[in-house]
Amino acid sequence: MKIMVAIKRVVDYAVKIRVKPDKTGVETTNVKMSMNPFCEIALEEAIRVRESGRAAEVIIVSMGPQQCVDTLRTGLAMGADRGIHVETRETLFPLSVAKLLKALIDVEKPELLIMGKQAIDDDFNQTGQMVAGLLNWPQGTFASKVVLDKEKQAVTVDREVDGGLETLCLDLPAVITTDLRLNQPRYATLPNIMKAKSKVIKKYTPDELSVQIKSDLEIVQVTEPPKRKAGVLVSSVDELIDKLKNEARVV
Amino acid sequence: MLRLLSSSKSKPTSVSSCSTLYTYLTARESSIQLCNSTNSPARHPQITPNPFNPSGFPPNQSNFSKSVQSPNGFRFLHQFSHKSQFYTHQISVNQVFLCGLSLKWRNVGKFNGNGIEFLRFGGLRSFCSESDRESMNYDVVIVGAGPAGLSAAIRLKQLCREKDVDLSVCVVEKGPEVGSHILSGNVFEPRALDELLPQWKQEGAPIDVPVSSDKFWLLTKGRAISLPSPFDNRGNYVISLSQFVRWLGEKAEELGVEIYPGFAASEILYDANDKVIGVATNDMGIAKDGRITLLGEGCRGSLSEKIMKKYNLREKVQGQHQTYALGIKEVWEIDASKHEPGFVLHTLGWPLDNKTYGGSFLYHMKDRQVSVGLVVALNYHNPFLNPYEEFQKLKHHPAIKPLLEGATVLQYGARTLNEGGFQSIPDPVFPGGAIIGCSAGFLNVPKIKGTHTAMKSGMLAAEAAFDVLHEGLNMETYWNNLKNSWIWEELYRARNYRPAFEYGLFPGLALSALEHYVVKGRFPLTLKHGKPDNEATEEAHSYSPIQYPKPDGIVSFDVPTSLYRSNTNHEHDQPAHLRLRDHNIPEHVNLPKYVADDDGRLKLQINAQNCLHCKACDIKDPKQNIEWTVPEGGGGPGYSVM
Repeated sequence: MKIMVAIKRVVDYAVKIRVKPDKTGVETTNVKMSMNPFCEIALEEAIRVRESGRAAEVIIVSMGPQQCVDTLRTGLAMGADRGIHVETRETLFPLSVAKLLKALIDVEKPELLIMGKQAIDDDFNQTGQMVAGLLNWPQGTFASKVVLDKEKQAVTVDREVDGGLETLCLDLPAVITTDLRLNQPRYATLPNIMKAKSKVIKKYTPDELSVQIKSDLEIVQVTEPPKRKAGVLVSSVDELIDKLKNEARVV
Repeated sequence: MLRLLSSSKSKPTSVSSCSTLYTYLTARESSIQLCNSTNSPARHPQITPNPFNPSGFPPNQSNFSKSVQSPNGFRFLHQFSHKSQFYTHQISVNQVFLCGLSLKWRNVGKFNGNGIEFLRFGGLRSFCSESDRESMNYDVVIVGAGPAGLSAAIRLKQLCREKDVDLSVCVVEKGPEVGSHILSGNVFEPRALDELLPQWKQEGAPIDVPVSSDKFWLLTKGRAISLPSPFDNRGNYVISLSQFVRWLGEKAEELGVEIYPGFAASEILYDANDKVIGVATNDMGIAKDGRITLLGEGCRGSLSEKIMKKYNLREKVQGQHQTYALGIKEVWEIDASKHEPGFVLHTLGWPLDNKTYGGSFLYHMKDRQVSVGLVVALNYHNPFLNPYEEFQKLKHHPAIKPLLEGATVLQYGARTLNEGGFQSIPDPVFPGGAIIGCSAGFLNVPKIKGTHTAMKSGMLAAEAAFDVLHEGLNMETYWNNLKNSWIWEELYRARNYRPAFEYGLFPGLALSALEHYVVKGRFPLTLKHGKPDNEATEEAHSYSPIQYPKPDGIVSFDVPTSLYRSNTNHEHDQPAHLRLRDHNIPEHVNLPKYVADDDGRLKLQINAQNCLHCKACDIKDPKQNIEWTVPEGGGGPGYSVM
C-alpha cells in the first residue's frame, strides 16, 4: 500500500516575520525556511504506519520553487522512500494545490493521502478538504489518532473538534489531515541525511500534469496587526464605569 | 544570558550500584567489539535485556541498525572507571523512560554531560530509530561553518581539483543554518577572498557596498569630537557577515563539501596515542572520524579551548593569555533620507570611562539597513559595569539618536572577539589537526578586522592538510606558512596598539598615534597584556552601583525585547549547557565580593535557553567556574543579517 504525504516549505516557525515595505506580503528573502510543522507530523505518521508493516512505501510531494527540494530532502532523511517535486514559480493557493495533488494521485494511485491540517504561513486549512472533494474520497481532518486496519481496508480517525473528540471510520482510499497531538516527529539524524541524498526525487511541472494554475484569490494587502495599546489604570469604579460608557461605549 | 543565572542541574547521586553497571557495560563493550570486527554495520534489531528495566518493555524495533563500532572501543572501556558517577545519575533517569533504552547503553561512552540523550527521551522527540554511535569517515572534518572553516573547505576542494585527487570534506555547524551564529560589524577587507575566489563579484557575493566615508569621533556625554581617522578603509566593503558566510557555504557545497548545520561537535575523539581522530556530535553520538580535524569555532571555541589546554599550545610558543572584548550589535532599518550606504563611523570614549577600553561602530549597509554596536573589552574593572546597558546608553547620544528615531530594529545579537593579537597566538597545530580562525585568534585589533585573517588561516590550514593527506607531510607546515604569510606581518605591526591602553584611554591614544604615524610597528619592544580578563574584575566595595536609565522603547530596549529579536531558541528539555564546575562558588564566594548589597535573598539562576553563544560568561567568570559547553545543535541565535 502506498501512502502519499503532501508537505509545504514555509517560513520557519521560530523566525520573526516582517511585512514587506510595499505591503504585498511577508518578507521571505534571507529568512529561514523549513517544513511546515503539521506536515512533519503527517510525515511522521506515514512513516510509523510503514514501519508497522501496514504500508509499503511513503511518497512525499511538494510544490513550489527549486528550494522545495531541500525540504523534500529533509523529509527523505526522516524516512520517506521517494519524493516528487512539482516545480512552479507561481503563487499556489489551496485549490491549485488540490488539483495538482489530484493529478499526482491519478498517476501514483496511493491509498492514503496524509497532510498537515494547515500551513503556518497562510493558515488556509482548505487543501486537504478540497482534495477529498475533488477525488470524492472520505476525509478525516484534525486527526489526533490514526489507526489503520489493512484487512478491512479502513482507517479509524479520532478528530479533534470543538465539542471534543469525534471518531470516524473511513474506507480507503481516504484523506487525513493531521493535528498537533497526533505524534512527535522524529529528528533527521546525520546518517539518514546522507542516505537521503541518494533517494529519488521526481520532477513534474503543472503542464505535464495538465493542471492550469489560475487563482480565484488575489492578495490585496498585508499589514501588521495594530499594536497593542497600553492599558489604562483607573482609580475608582466610577471612573471605570464612566470610561466604559463614554469612551469604549460597551455599556 | 549573563545576568540571570541559575543552576538547575541536579548533582550526581551516590555511586552504589556502579560496580554492577560497570561489569555489565564492559562485557557488552567487548561483545560489541567482536561483532564489529568486520567493520560493517550489522543490521539486526537489538533486543538486549536491560538490567535496570527487567520488566522488559520491548524496545521499539523501528528502523535501527547496530552501528559501526568506532575505533574508540578501547577508549570507552578505559574511561568507564573514571566517569562512573555520571552513570548513576543517568540510571535513575533511565528507569522513567522506556523506548529503546537498552540501545542507549552504548551511548554511555559519551561523557561530559551528554546524558542529554537520556533526558531528551521523555521530551519532544522520539529517538527510537538511530541510537547507536555511528561513525562516519571523512578525510577532513571541519568544526564550524564560519569564514575560516568554509575557506578551508573551499581551498581543500580547489586543491583537489587542481591535483586531481578526491578528498572527502565535511563541515559541522552548531547553528540551525550556515550563518545563523555569525555576527560581526563588518567592514570587510577582501584580501583573502581575492585569493580564494577571485571571481567573487561575478559569482554574486553579497559584497556590494564599498566604504564611502570613514569617520572617527571621540564622544563625551553631549558632544562628538571628530578625530583624524586611524583607519584606511579604501577598497573595503560594508557587509553582513552572516549573509556572506551563507554565500560561502553555497560555494562550498557547489565544490562538493558536505555541510551539516544543526549538528554541534561536542567532543573530541582520540585514539590510543592521544592523537585527535575526529569529533563526536551531540546528536545521537554521531562520531565523525577524520584524518585531519580543523577547529574553526570562532572566539573561545569550546573544543579549541580544551585542545589548547590539553596540548599546552600557548605555553609551547610562549604565547600570552588571550584577551577578549564583548561586542553587542543591532541591525536597524532606517529612513531612506538618513541612509548613506558605505558610511563608516567608529567612536571612542562615552559611555565607557577612561579605564575601560572599547568603542562603538555604526555602518550603513544596503537596503536602508544600519549596523550599530558597542564593543567593550572584557578586562573592565568595575563589577557593576553592564555592557548591554552601556550599549543602550550609547544609542541615546545626541549624535546617534536622531539616526535611530523612528526606525525599526531588525535583529540583535552579541559575541565576544579576540583582542590578544600577536602576543596571544598559540601554536595552532595539534596531533591530528589544527585550529583556524578566531579560535586561535588572528583579529587585527587596531583595524578591528578579523575576517580576512580568519579566512587566510583557513586557507593555509587547508593547504597544509592537503599536503599531509596527499604527500604525507606534517601539519607543522601550517604553522610555518602562517609565520611567513601576510597574517603574521600584519599582526606583528599591530601588536602594540591594544596593550598601550592598559595605561588608560588618553595615554593609549597617544601611544597609538605614535605607533600609527611614527613607529609603524617597528618598535623594538612588544608590550604585554595586563591581567587575564577574569582576574581584572575588582571587588564591589571599591565601586558604587551604576544607575542605568530605563529603556525608552524607541531607541533603547530591555533585554527580553532584544533577545526576542535575536531569534534565539533552544530545545527546552535539554539540561543547561552552561556548566558550573563548583556549585558553591557563585553564592558563597562571588556574591559577597562582586555584588553591592545582598540581603541573603539573591540566588543564581541560569536561563540557558536564552544563551546567545557569545562565550562572555566563560571568559569573564572571576573564578573560571562556568564552562560553556555546546548545547544541542540547531539551537542558539538565528542571525540572518548580522
